[in-house]
Amino acid sequence: MTELKLPSIDYAALAPILIMLGAALVGVLIEAFVPRRLRHAVQLGAALLAVLAALYFVVDNAGERQITIGGAIAVDGPTLFLQGAILVLAAMALLLIGERSIERGGAFVAQAAVVAGSEDDRRQAEESGGATEVYPLTTFAIGGMLIFVAANDLLTMFISLEVFSLPLYLLCALARRRRLLSQEAAMKYFLLGAYASAFFLFGVALVYGFTSGIPGRTAGVDFATIHAAVADSPSSPVLLYAGMALLAIGLLFKAAAAPFHVWTPDVYQGAPTPVTAFMAACTKVAAFGALLRVFYVAFSGSAWNFTPVLGTVAILTMLVGAVLAVTQTDIKRLLAYSSIANAGYLLVGVLALNKEGLSGTMFYLVAYGFSVLAAFAVVTLVRDADGEATHLSRWAGLGRRSPFFAALFTFILLAFAGIPLTSGFTSKFAVFGAAIEGGQSWLVIAGVLTSMILAFPYLRVVVMMWLSEPGESTPTVSVPGGLTAAALMIGVLATLVLGVAPGPLLDLANGAAEFVR
Amino acid sequence: MNEFFSVEPDYYLILAAVLFTIGAVGVLVRRNAIVLFMCVELMLNAANLALVTFSRINGDLNGQIMAFFVMVVAAAEVVIGLAIIMSIFRTRRSASVDDANLLKY
Repeated sequence: MTELKLPSIDYAALAPILIMLGAALVGVLIEAFVPRRLRHAVQLGAALLAVLAALYFVVDNAGERQITIGGAIAVDGPTLFLQGAILVLAAMALLLIGERSIERGGAFVAQAAVVAGSEDDRRQAEESGGATEVYPLTTFAIGGMLIFVAANDLLTMFISLEVFSLPLYLLCALARRRRLLSQEAAMKYFLLGAYASAFFLFGVALVYGFTSGIPGRTAGVDFATIHAAVADSPSSPVLLYAGMALLAIGLLFKAAAAPFHVWTPDVYQGAPTPVTAFMAACTKVAAFGALLRVFYVAFSGSAWNFTPVLGTVAILTMLVGAVLAVTQTDIKRLLAYSSIANAGYLLVGVLALNKEGLSGTMFYLVAYGFSVLAAFAVVTLVRDADGEATHLSRWAGLGRRSPFFAALFTFILLAFAGIPLTSGFTSKFAVFGAAIEGGQSWLVIAGVLTSMILAFPYLRVVVMMWLSEPGESTPTVSVPGGLTAAALMIGVLATLVLGVAPGPLLDLANGAAEFVR
Repeated sequence: MNEFFSVEPDYYLILAAVLFTIGAVGVLVRRNAIVLFMCVELMLNAANLALVTFSRINGDLNGQIMAFFVMVVAAAEVVIGLAIIMSIFRTRRSASVDDANLLKY
């Protein structure tokens, strides 16, 4: 009998992941043992503390460049940068999730199992505080995302994909108001998400089959083996192409790229707004982190084959996002289509396939995450007696009624439109510049053209807010509680700072822009 | 094992591809959320079959180990999925995905 060889595990490098998953388990215990009236404060405190502790270890690991735990996790520049980004954005999202002063009991339903619309449901909508299960679910999702951007083999990637997706499906279903919409969004997200991850898994199987028979290596799905197989495998390339396509479907679905975007507007609209903000910022970072690693590390030898296809997807995504954003009448759906278009711009950065593309994409993810969190923070504030007033016609005249928040929202919209002195401009500049350098000018032309289309819906909202008279039905803007105010101000300030002085973060992204193999 | 009973591993791959296609098409054409969900499970199991077959062809254990992980993930997915479908069913008395049509355009 041969001796069992255990892989070496560097616990310090894995600390952020372990802390988040541990905190999620502690959250489940808190749910069981802490009295109901204390739970909200304890859960929120524990979750925020865990995020900060994980962030501390990410910063502490800054110089770490290694592959650990038997080749499953790569801790390198992009991993640490993206983990840091996810944690910072997740902390802001947690602030939005924890807000309870805008609406009695917060944005979440107390008992998700109570039938929507029943007598019990009306009672709990008025009296009970929201479910505190959202905090362990969110921390599980954050933990999964931290693994997702660090995964160095396809199996780990698949598991972490599910670890962060499954809690998100549930979080979507937990809105306090308009519960039918919320449940419907969760069902759509779940069915399509499971469908996409099944494609991803079959892709894993095909790529595993492709890696057989390389001299001197056993077959496997870690990226070093795949990289070697792409260069020199006796297996049929059909396996590789089909596998790559199926993997891309799974990842592009999470990134909300066309034609795998159809879930995005429905889910963004139906989900509780803090959860939408969390998805728009953090899921985007995680999905593109994995996409970058798969295509830069594992399949880089096959770039000639995937660039035209992904380029077409990028153009389609930008077009669909920009054109359909014009026709939207609901602010959350508008932001969803804007998020789709932004996935297209991010893909342009990915397809640059050079160091600038990598750092530009990472910078874009952070900048967009801050702006989109701030945007959804404003959406949670514009309310009437019926909850959030998301229909665009209701936003007419908002500038007269509460100029301060309308001004903040205008600033964020201008950032989305890519006006100079906002982070939207610097981040688009970074990815487009990298793409030109990488020889993908056709993508940049499409990107600039669609940006011009996309400016129209943003400016329409701005004009509506400032130039219309407030009517009877114009809702009031609630005075935000401390948590939402903090998240909103951080988002707006980051949007401004990254637009005026992007240097430090760009340098950080540049220094981090190298994968270990 | 008798030569007569042994089957070329390629046939299993073809079977896996066929099962996967049936699942993928099923998701697109069926209307009941539970049936959709079963089709997704069929796709996952097709992937498992492919993994195990490749493991056999390659002569290593990686594929079989992956299949175990996939089974656990599939089980977790069932829990979440049925919870969501149940909560919708209790309100609407229907599990048809065509009835869930509040969100559109």
